[in-house]
Amino acid sequence: MKYITEFRNKEIVSRLVDYITSISKKHVRFMEVCGGHTMAIQKFGIPSLLPDNIELLSGPGCPVCVTTNLFIDKAVAYSRLENVIITSFGDLIRIPGSTSSLDREKANGRDIRMVYSILDALNIARKNPDKKVIFLGIGFETTAPTSAAAILNADAENMENFYLYSSHKIMPPAMEALIDEGVDMNGYIAPGHVSTITGSGIYKAIPERFGLGCVISGFEPIDILQSIYMLVRQYETDSPKVEIQYKRVVIPEGNVKAQEMMNKVFELHDDWWRGLGVLKNSGFALKEKYERFDAEKMLSVEVEETIEPGGCICGEVLKGIKKPSDCKLFNKVCSPANPVGACMVSNEGACHAYYRYNK
Amino acid sequence: MNKNSEKVILLGHGSGGKLSHDLISDIFVKYFSNKILSEQTDSACIPGADEGIAFTTDSYVVDPIFFPGGNIGKLAVCGTVNDLAVSGAKPQYLSASFIIEEGFSITDLEKIVSTMAEESRKAGVQIVTGDTKVVNKGKCDKLFINTAGVGYLPRKNHSISTGQKIKPGDKIIVNGSVGDHGVAILSARENMSFSVSLKSDCASLNKMIQSVLSISSGIHFMRDATRGGLATVLCELSETRGFGIEADEENIPVLSSVQSACEIFGYDPLYMANEGKVIMVIDSLDVDKVLDKLQHNTFGKKASVIGEITEKHPGKVILKTAIGGTRIVDMLTGEQLPRIC
Repeated sequence: MKYITEFRNKEIVSRLVDYITSISKKHVRFMEVCGGHTMAIQKFGIPSLLPDNIELLSGPGCPVCVTTNLFIDKAVAYSRLENVIITSFGDLIRIPGSTSSLDREKANGRDIRMVYSILDALNIARKNPDKKVIFLGIGFETTAPTSAAAILNADAENMENFYLYSSHKIMPPAMEALIDEGVDMNGYIAPGHVSTITGSGIYKAIPERFGLGCVISGFEPIDILQSIYMLVRQYETDSPKVEIQYKRVVIPEGNVKAQEMMNKVFELHDDWWRGLGVLKNSGFALKEKYERFDAEKMLSVEVEETIEPGGCICGEVLKGIKKPSDCKLFNKVCSPANPVGACMVSNEGACHAYYRYNK
Repeated sequence: MNKNSEKVILLGHGSGGKLSHDLISDIFVKYFSNKILSEQTDSACIPGADEGIAFTTDSYVVDPIFFPGGNIGKLAVCGTVNDLAVSGAKPQYLSASFIIEEGFSITDLEKIVSTMAEESRKAGVQIVTGDTKVVNKGKCDKLFINTAGVGYLPRKNHSISTGQKIKPGDKIIVNGSVGDHGVAILSARENMSFSVSLKSDCASLNKMIQSVLSISSGIHFMRDATRGGLATVLCELSETRGFGIEADEENIPVLSSVQSACEIFGYDPLYMANEGKVIMVIDSLDVDKVLDKLQHNTFGKKASVIGEITEKHPGKVILKTAIGGTRIVDMLTGEQLPRIC
C-alpha cells in the first residue's frame, strides 16, 4: 500500500462517478472547509467529472485566507522591532497587509524565516539566545497541537526568548456561522486533518441543529468522491448525520493526547475571521499560565491603521456565496503574482486554486 | 498594498515564473530592446551567411553548492551547454566567472573547478576565458558562478528556439522524469530533516540533442525545463505561439521519490526544477524514430510523449489528470523554492 496510487485509480474513480450519478437526482451544493480539499478538488479536476447537478463550494478552510489584515499588520510591526526573528509558514509571508507584507519586510532586511514546523522555530530560538523569536501561529485544530507542544517544550526548558503570536482558530463556529447566515448548501465535506485531532463529535450540531449532512473526508480523489457519494446518499434519503469516510486516519474520539495538550495551553476567545467577522469562542489564545510566551502580551508594538483592499470579495468567496470568477479584480488586478486578497496568495486559497487550475 | 510604496525585488522575481517574466519584459527588454533579444529565447541566435552563432549566459547561485548528483560547477557548465543545445546549436566555447566570498575553501574551489573541467570534456566544449572576483565575507554566499557560451547554429535550426514551425498535431516529448533536481536540492538543504536516494538530473544534453537533430528534421521546438519546471515551459510555449496544449498527466514521468517528497511538502512535480530535461515539440510523423533515438541515450531512457499541440483553447495548457479529469496548468508564481540553480 503506497497510499497515493491506490487512491488515484482511474477505474475506481470512474466507478464512483457512476455510482454518484446513478443515485443523485436533485441539485445539490456541498461545501468543503479545508484548504487541502480545495486544492485536491481543483488539482485532480474533480468538478469536471461530476454530473451537472452537483456543485462544490469552497468555504473558509484555508488558515492563511481567514487571517485578517490586522494580524499581518501586527506581524509586520513585530518584524520591525530590534533583535527579533519572525518565523512563519511560507504562505503567510506573501500575504499583503495594509501597506506592507512580510516578504517586503524581508526584502528590506528584516529577519523573517520560513519554517516547516514550529519546532524549527524553537530550534532557531535555542540557537539565537540574544534574539526574540516569534512564531506566527496560524491554522486550525490541525496545527494548534504542534504550537501547544512547542509552548510546553519552551516552558520545560524555561526559554526566555520564544513567543507565539496566536491566530489559531477552531472550525465548528465558522461552519455553523455559515449556515446561520443562510449560505445555500446541502452538506459539508468536513476536514480530514482537523478531525484527526478533534474526532467527529465536534460536528454534531450540523445534522442535529441544522439538518445538514457532514462527511469527514480524506484528501485523495477517491476519498473525496466517496465522501460526495456518502453526502448525496444522505441527502437523497433525507438522513443527515456525521459520517467518517477517512477511516484509515480518523477515529470518533480523535487524538486525545493532542486535545489534552491544546486544552492545557490554550483557551477559547472571540476571534476575527476575514470575511466572517468576529465569531464567538472561535480562536485559541494562550492561557494566563503561559502568557510569558504570548507575543501580544509581552511585546508591545504600534500597529498602523488597517486598510482593507477595495473591491476584494474574499469574504463572500470564503462564505461560498460568490465564486472567485465573480470578483471584478480576479485575473485582472488580482493574480497569484500580485495578490490583493489572501485567498489568492495561499496555494490552498479558493481564488488561487481557481486561478491556477480553472481560470 | 499601498500603491505609493516603492517596489523592491522579491525572491519570487528570481523564480523563473510569472514574476521573473514580468521583470524581464518591464525592465531589461524595455531598455536593452533589440531584434535578437526580443525573441527571448534560451540563446541569442545571431544569424550568419551560412552558419549562425548562438550565444548565451547564465549565473549560478545554487544553495547548497554541493548536492547529490553534482555541484555548482557542474551545473554552470551543463546549464549553459543546454541553453545552447536546445537552440539547435552545437556548443563550442564557454567563459567562466567566479565571485568568491572571502574565506572560501580552496580545496572546495578546486573540487568545483575540476568538475567543470570534466563536464566540459564530456560535453565537448572548452572553457576559454574567465574572471575571478573576491568579495568581503558576508557579501556573497560562498561562491557564485557565471558562464557564457557560444555555439555554431546551422541555418536549418534557426527556427527551433522560437518554435516558428510548430503546428497543431505536433507531439510534445520530455526525455525523462521531471522534478529530480528540485527535490535533490530540497533534500540537501540543512534545515530539511528528510533524505531521499535521489540525484539531481544535472547533465549536458548536447550530444543527445545532436543525435536527434541528425535523424529528424521535424524538431520544431526545444527548451530545457529548468526553474519553473515543465509546467512553465508548456505555459510559455502556448502563450507565445498562440496554440493550445493538451498534456496527459499519466504519461509524464515522475520518480516515486520525487512524487512522495512533493506530496509531503505540497509541491507540484510539474513546477519543480530540472537540470537535464529537454521539452521537444516534434512533427507527429517523426515521433517513433525520435523516441527510439532518445531511449537509446543514457539521458533519454524514460523519454515519453506527454502531450500535443492543438488548435483548441489557444494560449492555454489543459492537463488530463491521472484520474481522468481535466484542469488548467498555469505558470509558476512566487518561488516554489529559492536558489535551486
